[in-house]
Amino acid sequence: MSKDTREPLIFDVSRPGRVAANLLPKCDVPYQSPSELLGAESLREKLPLPEVSELDVVRHFTHLSQRNYSIDAGFYPLGSCTMKYNPKINEKTAGLPGFAALHPLQPQETVQGALELIYELQKMLAEICGMKATTLQPSAGAHGELLAMMMVQAYHAERGDTQRNIVVIPDSAHGTNPASAARCGFKVKGIPSNEKGCTDLAGLEKALEGGNVAALMLTNPNTVGLFESDIQQICQMVHDAGGLVYCDGANMNAMLGLTRPGDMGFDVMHFNLHKTFSTPHGGGGPGCGAVSVQANLEPYLPVPTVEKEGDTFRWKFDNSKSVGKVHSFYGAFLIAVRAYTYILSLGKEGLRSASENALINANYIRARLADYYDVAYNAPICMHEVVFSANRQKREGDVRAMDISKRLMDYGFHPPTNYFPLIVPEALMIEPTETESKQTIDSFIEAMIAIAKETQENPEIVRTAPHTTLVSRLDETMAVKNLDLRYAPLFEE
Amino acid sequence: MAQNIPADLKYTKSHEWVRVEGDVVVIGITDHAQDSLGDIVYLDLPEAGRVLAKEDTFGEVESVKAVSELYSPVSGEVVEANTGIQDSTEVVNTDPYEGGWLIKVRLSDPSEVEALLSAEEYGAVADAEGH
Repeated sequence: MSKDTREPLIFDVSRPGRVAANLLPKCDVPYQSPSELLGAESLREKLPLPEVSELDVVRHFTHLSQRNYSIDAGFYPLGSCTMKYNPKINEKTAGLPGFAALHPLQPQETVQGALELIYELQKMLAEICGMKATTLQPSAGAHGELLAMMMVQAYHAERGDTQRNIVVIPDSAHGTNPASAARCGFKVKGIPSNEKGCTDLAGLEKALEGGNVAALMLTNPNTVGLFESDIQQICQMVHDAGGLVYCDGANMNAMLGLTRPGDMGFDVMHFNLHKTFSTPHGGGGPGCGAVSVQANLEPYLPVPTVEKEGDTFRWKFDNSKSVGKVHSFYGAFLIAVRAYTYILSLGKEGLRSASENALINANYIRARLADYYDVAYNAPICMHEVVFSANRQKREGDVRAMDISKRLMDYGFHPPTNYFPLIVPEALMIEPTETESKQTIDSFIEAMIAIAKETQENPEIVRTAPHTTLVSRLDETMAVKNLDLRYAPLFEE
Repeated sequence: MAQNIPADLKYTKSHEWVRVEGDVVVIGITDHAQDSLGDIVYLDLPEAGRVLAKEDTFGEVESVKAVSELYSPVSGEVVEANTGIQDSTEVVNTDPYEGGWLIKVRLSDPSEVEALLSAEEYGAVADAEGH
């Protein structure tokens, strides 16, 4: 790399005394000396905040935003993440002052519309998944998993079933599943997948022996992109053994209006509103991992819940069986506004059509790339995402899944998910979503075919990709072993 | 791709190898395992003295891709762990069968070794995963 392509930190741009235009009115609060208020010993002598002009700030953050790859910039086939387009109308409604300017402690009678929206969205989500009730409190999917495990624990505790300390999880699960169960104090028992990439019933039966299983955590469609066609029998087996069944709803985008986890026999599930219902995927939040439950778990939902009495909505805090609050106030309310907007925009038929198109798009990619890449488990059909293995490329050109992903960046696409699910060697997990046109998907397919050919003719160009990005191959091993997050000035004065 | 599977070792389906040295066995992960995991960045190994049952988890290996559990191929007491490589975990990638060994276990049931996979049998397991 000849040119230093690093963007300086805002601190590096700082110059003593440089300020932006100050158009604030004169302060109408009398000046008080900080040392009198806090004590001189509490004050720092130097406070190195960046001193920059308005233009410095605009350029710095514009540069950073230009380095970001987003769904607004291009195709983002990151499997398991459902990177669908987020319609701008969601932002418009979430920005309405009647929603955006609310204070969480406002009297209930002044926020009836907001309470109605929460109430309605909870009902819609329950209807979509075929369950009884919903909470919007959890911040994200893993938080929803944790809440679900807390409710499972409360359910068994109330029955005196406190010996149930095991949660069963297939080997294809998201890593958050065992983490959530373990965080709740459960022991995790893994079960294998069968030769079709689905839950092995014999393995499940063995895991259920002994009467100590509190729950099964299952993703459907599973992380191989396959529908668990034995799901009703699976749920029945767990229920017969006295356990509950949790659905990881990460893949709900495959099922809207087509089938419902509640009808399959699940007791509880989470939604990722940022996946299925087009709210922003954002570096850590705010998000919403709504959780829906059947009647058996409803008493344990977090408080407060929203009740409707006649035409009036009110918070209900008194519920002795509740596991308590899992979020400050009522969750990420403006995320709920976006999801509500999305559901109303699409309507019943539109949601179904979204899932149908997600399924068709994934299967189109599977069918067109099947001659070039190994389809995991030779699946003859997939749901909303397709998992390939780069085993053939590894064998033929010593090209790994990671290399193919990096090479895709040269073709202008975000890489798919790599090395997950763990049960598929050299996994490439591709989820196109419903919002991409055939033209976009075709150009992605052409890039994948071109890379497959490069693997045979010029594997070196794939192994050393990316070649066109600002930053080339990163040293991930060094990043893990010598992690250094301390600020150091980029340029010497 | 040709995998290095020494004929004189015993193996497990979960990709550990076992070398018998009297009543003690040396245990590590196979070349196929290190190749599938990618660069190894962290090793969690047991203290000497810990008693393991066959298939117990004895530690964890973390690579840039994933964290995987290590399963004991045999029952017995840990007599030594290769803690010297915890700061140079790349040895497991570069030299999985010698310098990259993980633990030594004193066998409580020597017959368990016979039930482990031969190099040929393990080669079939690795092949089924795509080699």
